[in-house]
Amino acid sequence: MTREQVLRDLGKRFGDDILGVFDKSPKRVFINLRPRAIAWVGPYIFRELGARFNIATGTDTPDGLEIIYHFTLEDLNLMLNIRVLLDRENPVIVSLGKDIEAMNWIEREMRELLGITFEGHPDPRRLLLPDNWPDGVYPLRQDYSEWDETAIRTRGV
Amino acid sequence: MGRSVIPIGPYHPLQEEPELFTLTVEGERIVEVDVRIGYNHRGIEKLSESRSFDNSTFVVERICGICSTSHPFAYVRAVEDIFPMEVPDRARYIRTIIAEGERVHSHLLWLGLAGHFLGYNTVYMWAWKLREEILDVMEILSGNRNNYAMFTPGGVRRDIRQQDIPVVLAKIDSIVPTLEMLRDAILDDPVLHARLKGVGVLSKEKAIEFSALGPTSRASGVARDVRKDSPYGVYDRVDWKMVVTSNGDVFDKAVVRILEMFESISIIRQCFEALPEGPINAGIESIPPGEGIGHIEAPRGETFHYVRSDGTNRAIRHKVRAPTFMNLPTYKATIVGETISDATIILASIDPCYCCTERMAVRNHRGRVLYDGQALVELSRAKTESLRRRMGRA
Repeated sequence: MTREQVLRDLGKRFGDDILGVFDKSPKRVFINLRPRAIAWVGPYIFRELGARFNIATGTDTPDGLEIIYHFTLEDLNLMLNIRVLLDRENPVIVSLGKDIEAMNWIEREMRELLGITFEGHPDPRRLLLPDNWPDGVYPLRQDYSEWDETAIRTRGV
Repeated sequence: MGRSVIPIGPYHPLQEEPELFTLTVEGERIVEVDVRIGYNHRGIEKLSESRSFDNSTFVVERICGICSTSHPFAYVRAVEDIFPMEVPDRARYIRTIIAEGERVHSHLLWLGLAGHFLGYNTVYMWAWKLREEILDVMEILSGNRNNYAMFTPGGVRRDIRQQDIPVVLAKIDSIVPTLEMLRDAILDDPVLHARLKGVGVLSKEKAIEFSALGPTSRASGVARDVRKDSPYGVYDRVDWKMVVTSNGDVFDKAVVRILEMFESISIIRQCFEALPEGPINAGIESIPPGEGIGHIEAPRGETFHYVRSDGTNRAIRHKVRAPTFMNLPTYKATIVGETISDATIILASIDPCYCCTERMAVRNHRGRVLYDGQALVELSRAKTESLRRRMGRA
């Protein structure tokens, strides 16, 4: 498939779930998606289109918590960036890591750094933060403040 | 049969990324593996939000001490992707030279350590001696053996002087015969064939499933290289080929890395031949609002950076993904079913931080130490030695 065919195909299959498309450059396309639709759009891009999963970026924006799933279609030199926006009060999205191994770790990372719940994740343990990090403190949130100012100095946390 | 748990790691002074591997073994067979990372989480993504775009280049350069150019390279590509823009020709050539020089020294470092773990200390000595020559080249070009500080959004910070080029080319020419000797000695060694072939196999399906990167995926037959798939620098202007093998075992991962070094040297030579005159920096005045993604092929695989700007001089979000983040989970597929004596080399085969293997300790259920890190390396060497004797090559 060519670049245009891929984009047209995605538009036809998931037209109802796509909230907007931003064709940034020949190599980068950003697609805004309804959060629940990632459950079928993500696996479609990974398995049917044969894309490589680069990584997902979680960001705390003024509108809510945002996740961008980056996929690369290597034959086309095209990066598809699927953007979903979650409610800050109740950031819940379906886990893709339960089916796709490549997504397992990054969902654990976003869970602890941003407080996003991935429903059905097979291994929702901490990945990066130490075990004595308090629950409910998410360092990549904009309202984050140091939970223990003596942490580094006295306890080596 | 009773099960024992083997903790590996997490700390070692030489590691760049401390990790804790928990291996569950039945006798000698590994039946389960779990990985815990985060011991060296430095919050660089958070830190980068409080630094200007220029400063962040130096912050990300310090993420890794070995592939120290891959992070700034991906980062400046991400910043330039916000526009998007391309940098001056001469800067593209210089960037490619630095990135390939780094690949050679990184692969040599891996090769030396792999030899060390297998009891081939001659390989270790030769590889690290050669690596010094490449580090000298990098010092001539950038002023530093590592952390070159060559990159800046819009170009490079330092030009290559005309009088240095013959010196550098002579140095590169001088290491090729030794590198060829090393290649032949390793690839033709029947003991290494017996020791490494079929060990720690990562199938093509699993490599795709884990989205494995770099030599780890190319050794499994997945022809995946950002330099070919999405050319940056001058990789589309020089003549080179991607090294792909199909077996996915430790031996093939070594083959990919060894052959890649020759491609890198060829790329460096071609870059010096074609190096154009001209400016080295596009001189970015300010960064517009928007988002950019930069990904480049580091020695270990794709390094990925995402930068979002709101028009000020700082990024409001900077995401960093190192290749090991994707390659590390492949342990789940490669290490189960193998023996403890192969664990060290399988763990080392994706080129993470091998030093963690020296922190291994095997305990039985009463907590008595059966093997410590040194003993495990000894175990690995003893297996090589027994193979060597059996094959009459002692």
